[in-house]
Amino acid sequence: MNFAAADYWIMTLLLILIVASLAMYFIKDLLHAIIVYGAYSLTMALIWLQMNTPDLAITEAAAGICMTVFMMIVIFRTSRKEE
Amino acid sequence: MRDFILKQVASIILPFVCIYGFYVILHGAVSPGGSFAGGIIVGLSFIAFSTVYGIEKCRAKLPEKALVWTESFGTLWYGIMGMAGIIKGAPFLANKLAGIDVGVPGKLISGGLISFIGIGVGIRVASTIITLFFTMMEEEL
Repeated sequence: MNFAAADYWIMTLLLILIVASLAMYFIKDLLHAIIVYGAYSLTMALIWLQMNTPDLAITEAAAGICMTVFMMIVIFRTSRKEE
Repeated sequence: MRDFILKQVASIILPFVCIYGFYVILHGAVSPGGSFAGGIIVGLSFIAFSTVYGIEKCRAKLPEKALVWTESFGTLWYGIMGMAGIIKGAPFLANKLAGIDVGVPGKLISGGLISFIGIGVGIRVASTIITLFFTMMEEEL
């Protein structure tokens, strides 16, 4: 079992991905879960970059980190106001 | 959410974000990125603007009519560019088969129709995202 340095880097990122996606399920506060989703997307973008697909990394960074988090926060504020 | 430091930082950063989005759209044929990612970045600059400065100021910059027109004609532009192949007697969206000069690979002016299609797709994606965000923001008010 010979691993290059890049393999350990990808394994670390995948571990962070699993921890973040499990944390999103177990966190009760919705705003905290949205922030953890941003961390999940950032890790995913780094994995795409490590796998030599920089165009997917740019799309993930724009759509996952910024757009989804912005829209989720707006929905969060709307739903909290209704309660 | 609407304080002084946030407004000042946004006023410096957001123009560069918008220009970077157009850079990604225009270089979509030769470098990583492309029209979809670039369109999202252009839309994000307006979304962040309306989050920081309030939705009325962004509405004043981007009226409803402009969004509807860019969203519809971005899609129509794709079809018109595809028809260029049919007029020349080649399949839909044909590029080199239709006799269009594709240039030297790796240069910015190359790829024939792809750059023109990318501009339409990018503008369409940007206006769609802005429309989605405006619709959700207005339910909040």
